[in-house]
Amino acid sequence: MDLKGKKVTLHDMCLRDGMHAKRQQITVDQMVAIATGLDDAGVPMIEVTHGDGLDGSSINYGFGLHTDEEYLSAVIPKLKNAKVSCLLVPGIGTVDQLKMAADLGISCVRVATHCTEADCGEQHIKMARDLNLDTVGFLMMAHMEPPATILEQAKKFVSYGATCIYVTDSAGYMLPDEVKEKVSLLRAELPAEIELGFHAHNNLSVSVANSLAAVEAGANRIDGSAAGLGAGAGNTPLEAFAAVAERCGIDTGVDLFKLMDVAEDIVKPIMDQPVRVDRDALSLGYAGTYSTFLLHAQRFSKLHGIPVRDLLVECGRRRTVAGQEDMIESIALDMLKERETA
Amino acid sequence: MKINCAMIGSGNIGTDLMAKLQRSDVLNPVWMVGIDPDSDGLAKAKAAGLKTTADGVDGLIPHMKEDNIQIVFDATSAYVHKENSDKVQAQDAVMIDLTPAAIGPFCVPPVNLQEHLGAQEMNVNMVTCGGQATIPMVYAVSRVQDVVYGEIVATVASKSAGPGTRKNIDEFTRTTAGAIEKVGGARKGKAIIILNPAEPPLMMRDTIHCLTETVPEEDKIRASVEEMIGEVQKYVPGYRLLHKIVFDGNRVSIFVEVEGLGDYLPKYAGNLDIMTAAASRTAEMIGEEIASGRFTPSAALATA
Repeated sequence: MDLKGKKVTLHDMCLRDGMHAKRQQITVDQMVAIATGLDDAGVPMIEVTHGDGLDGSSINYGFGLHTDEEYLSAVIPKLKNAKVSCLLVPGIGTVDQLKMAADLGISCVRVATHCTEADCGEQHIKMARDLNLDTVGFLMMAHMEPPATILEQAKKFVSYGATCIYVTDSAGYMLPDEVKEKVSLLRAELPAEIELGFHAHNNLSVSVANSLAAVEAGANRIDGSAAGLGAGAGNTPLEAFAAVAERCGIDTGVDLFKLMDVAEDIVKPIMDQPVRVDRDALSLGYAGTYSTFLLHAQRFSKLHGIPVRDLLVECGRRRTVAGQEDMIESIALDMLKERETA
Repeated sequence: MKINCAMIGSGNIGTDLMAKLQRSDVLNPVWMVGIDPDSDGLAKAKAAGLKTTADGVDGLIPHMKEDNIQIVFDATSAYVHKENSDKVQAQDAVMIDLTPAAIGPFCVPPVNLQEHLGAQEMNVNMVTCGGQATIPMVYAVSRVQDVVYGEIVATVASKSAGPGTRKNIDEFTRTTAGAIEKVGGARKGKAIIILNPAEPPLMMRDTIHCLTETVPEEDKIRASVEEMIGEVQKYVPGYRLLHKIVFDGNRVSIFVEVEGLGDYLPKYAGNLDIMTAAASRTAEMIGEEIASGRFTPSAALATA
């Protein structure tokens, strides 16, 4: 397929999805160094929030080292061109935090729901439009529903005022054909002015291929993380996708070598563990389990004595969705009971 | 003589509430009010012999005095609650708020029902379904030792969450968090709600996390939680502790499941039950106060 000249907006996730890989402990200095590096490399959009979005700081998801307010206040003033976005998950964060973030200068918000529950995001999308923000409807765990459902939910988001819809492969479960099918359907059926985006996790090692398939199918925004710093096996490594994009003639506006340097010299050194497709992360993609469950499952595995892979696969089998970290522990306790009585 | 009641809101909660009121020895459901003439709730109410209107609260107000309606339940949406409350109170009726609007004081029966006895309140708020399911547990811990932070995660089946709930997600988190503090006794509260569309529909689940100020007093907490579970089971028999309480440093985590009676939606919708059972219990207490002459609802008493 000829992608020459296609314009794609890269959206970096390492200061939001990357928070998951860092147990929400990225420091303000690290955020500023990474954000300014990305800005300098020409990355046009950068997401900065707790891993679970505005007000995600909690026992369930982990307390942030700093508040969203502190991170946003530190990063936004330092950027020359890049625009900052926040993630907002109805049920976790509210419009109050959205207003706070807008006051601090964010340009974009991604309102994220499970891919069958878009109507929970109505008030958030409407508020975002009132605040004149670039408003994205973010459909999570998009592998769990057929294309027709994804379209139906996307239409709801659009009806509330979203101007961009994301197909989100939160579990890193999808393969290129499925990505193509879902993104194509949205492109065919949604108004032409609605932008389409794709957010991948690398749990099955196909995030770059998936992202390319998304672009071929009509997506013009691609999420990725410098060095892949993100939940599970990480997001689409932004610099790898940027290199592939360059090979295909896609116009991302990014300075590839500068982006590679940010990934190698600034992001990679702050990793607590290598972000890669190891046994546990692969289990997520295999089972269709939400990527953020990785570190929590490892923690509960230690605490309650259930092997991580068994726990993650069971979470997938039970069709857990985003935000259900408490269920990981409950499932571990169920499995413990079963093993004790067996 | 039973006290006549009206329900505003013919959705999942209103319709489930009606079934409970029909079994009450104290309350008599007379009116069901909705805005959607095709709603299942209005059809069921009509079939049960109630008077109905699809004209919203304005369809009820002119009939309240002649039908001697003294207690009204609002199961609509936080956005319209104040308007409903003002109109209902002007007719000298008590408003029981099942939305997260929370303009009146919080009522979580196993924790603070007695506080409302004799208080002559014209508006009482039932917090949220998640609040009713979890605040008794937060309180069970906080009455043993100081809880610095209380966090709840309510997970409900998508099928059990109607349009009202979906439009009020922010209100749910705010109101529940406030009640975790005010009624549950935590210094700071947070509430999270998750909708899961899994089939077959999931039974309502609630996780209660407490951070205690000092090392958790495990035995005392276990005993306190067990006692409180018994209290909740008096009006929600399907409320149960799923696992042994987890103690991890200063984290105390409690996992409960709420199985409903299946009055309207099937038993998985325990979130409806705990809300309507709490509301009808509260209303029965108020109804008894009215019947005994100790409380005469009057617009003059309204502060909310």
